[in-house]
Amino acid sequence: MSRELLLRIWRGDASGGDLVDFVVPVEEGEVVLDAVHKTQALHAGDLAVRWNFKAGKCGSCSAEINGHPRLMCMTRLSSLPSGPVTITPLRTFPVIRDLVTDVSFNYEKARQVPAFSPRPEQPVAPFIMYQQDVERSQEFRKCIECWLCQDVCHVIRDHEENKPHYSGPRFFIRWAELDMHPNDGLDRKEALQDTQGLGYCNVTKCCTEVCPEGIKITDNAIIPMKERVVDAKYDPLVRFARRRLRRARGTASSATSQGPGHG
Amino acid sequence: MTAPSVPTAAPAPRARAAIAARTLRTDNWRKEPTITAAVLLSFVAYATWAAFKNADYYKPPYLSPFYSPCMASICGHARAGATVVHPPMVGLFGPWWAISPAIIVLIIPLGFRFTCYYYRKAYYRSIWRSPAACAVQEPHARYRGESKFPLIIQNAHRWFFYLGLLLNGILTYDAVEAFHFPSGWGHAGFGTLMLVVNAVLLWAYSLSCHACRHIIGGRLKHFSRHPVRFRLWGIVSKWNARHMEIAWVSLVFVALTDLYVRLVASGWVTDPRFF
Ligand code: SF4
Ligand code: SF4
Ligand code: FES
Ligand code: FES
Repeated sequence: MSRELLLRIWRGDASGGDLVDFVVPVEEGEVVLDAVHKTQALHAGDLAVRWNFKAGKCGSCSAEINGHPRLMCMTRLSSLPSGPVTITPLRTFPVIRDLVTDVSFNYEKARQVPAFSPRPEQPVAPFIMYQQDVERSQEFRKCIECWLCQDVCHVIRDHEENKPHYSGPRFFIRWAELDMHPNDGLDRKEALQDTQGLGYCNVTKCCTEVCPEGIKITDNAIIPMKERVVDAKYDPLVRFARRRLRRARGTASSATSQGPGHG
Repeated sequence: MTAPSVPTAAPAPRARAAIAARTLRTDNWRKEPTITAAVLLSFVAYATWAAFKNADYYKPPYLSPFYSPCMASICGHARAGATVVHPPMVGLFGPWWAISPAIIVLIIPLGFRFTCYYYRKAYYRSIWRSPAACAVQEPHARYRGESKFPLIIQNAHRWFFYLGLLLNGILTYDAVEAFHFPSGWGHAGFGTLMLVVNAVLLWAYSLSCHACRHIIGGRLKHFSRHPVRFRLWGIVSKWNARHMEIAWVSLVFVALTDLYVRLVASGWVTDPRFF
């Protein structure tokens, strides 16, 4: 059954812009991206929108729908409350035009992640990996880099000035993935705290709420990494145990030692 | 990988889309933080009142969880005439400690809950409003989160977790003592039930804690080398996913337990005896 839908789409560029109303016919089963395409076809051929294959896996069509960061291709019109539908570009990143933003911030942060570094004592590849050892990181590898979590995170959404020293939830899971990798030899937790701003996150879980892949970003990556930082810096018992162990081994302390229990 | 220190030195950020509204959300996003704030503040108000009341916290064999272990000799007035006195009532703090003895020990459960990852979310959202709800602009001009003093103190959660375990042990002891009536062992009243359920909920709260999950197994890199810890980690992880619910239930229940002991001790309610 076809009906008329009022869309309010933000149009403009870095110099300014505003919400513009469009009325388009929509069918049952359609998603927000369909309505945007109809707007292009019927009213505004030059409406800029980024999308790829409309299956919720390329992470291109991120936008804010009625104020919620979501994938346009995975948001059914029938799931939205009746009334006009507002579509705006991701707020956290500079706008290029209309619904398209410049997400290069994320690629800069991606370059700062130290690559996988096998322990020197590891047998040469191929490593034998057990399922239970890689399960945790597999959850994080589902990430489609839609940047919705980066967009919703108030640390940079509401505070542009935090961008230089904050890498954001998507990269916290990347750092966690490597830190939890059984054969990775780098100790990443303190660098994550000191250079990537893990401490800025106040575990309010908006990243988890918006992630279209259902990754438990806060519970399974951020909090575990905060706990690893606590091990390194703040836990009285772990510090005591580590000192005893070092003395027992008679080895000089090393800032990058893994500490007991990281076996 | 050094972070540029002052953004002004960096090239001016390119402009974001000009959207003046604080949020474009049309749903009722204020509801959740309002309810959360109401429950949290009610608990704080009740706990403050109960902690400063300095009376009606002991009626043999029930000791209010807010006052256990009762470490000041001032607790002695609660023992007057009692044939059974809980060993958690010790006079570590002499007569110089004149205000309510609850204040000494309450720092542990309050510190534990205050630094809990879940309650942090709850009050950062509902009271500090950073953010009140997702994609709703926060009201603060500056934000440094938990990276600097004072909120870096949240890292003390691990300490409070250890202390909380000790306290759970004592409250479990209290629950066992709740079967020990002046007439002898092996009786139980409604208060016994309250104290037992309270202790169980507090253990559930501690065991579902993120610090617990980490210590049990989260800190390992090789689960395959630690099969037992891996299994335990799996169990704790399941509980951990319910940490929020457990946090609320145990919070409300500990207040109810105190209230019940208070009602019995002040004579408002006669404790029904089961056996
Ligand atoms: S939980 Fe942390 S990383 Fe995720 S959105 Fe909130 S502040 Fe950002
Ligand atoms: S973690 Fe989730 S929300 Fe964030 S970029 Fe990946 S898929 Fe998107
Ligand atoms: S078009 Fe690929 S995720 Fe929507
Ligand atoms: S008690 Fe809530 S996370 Fe530790």
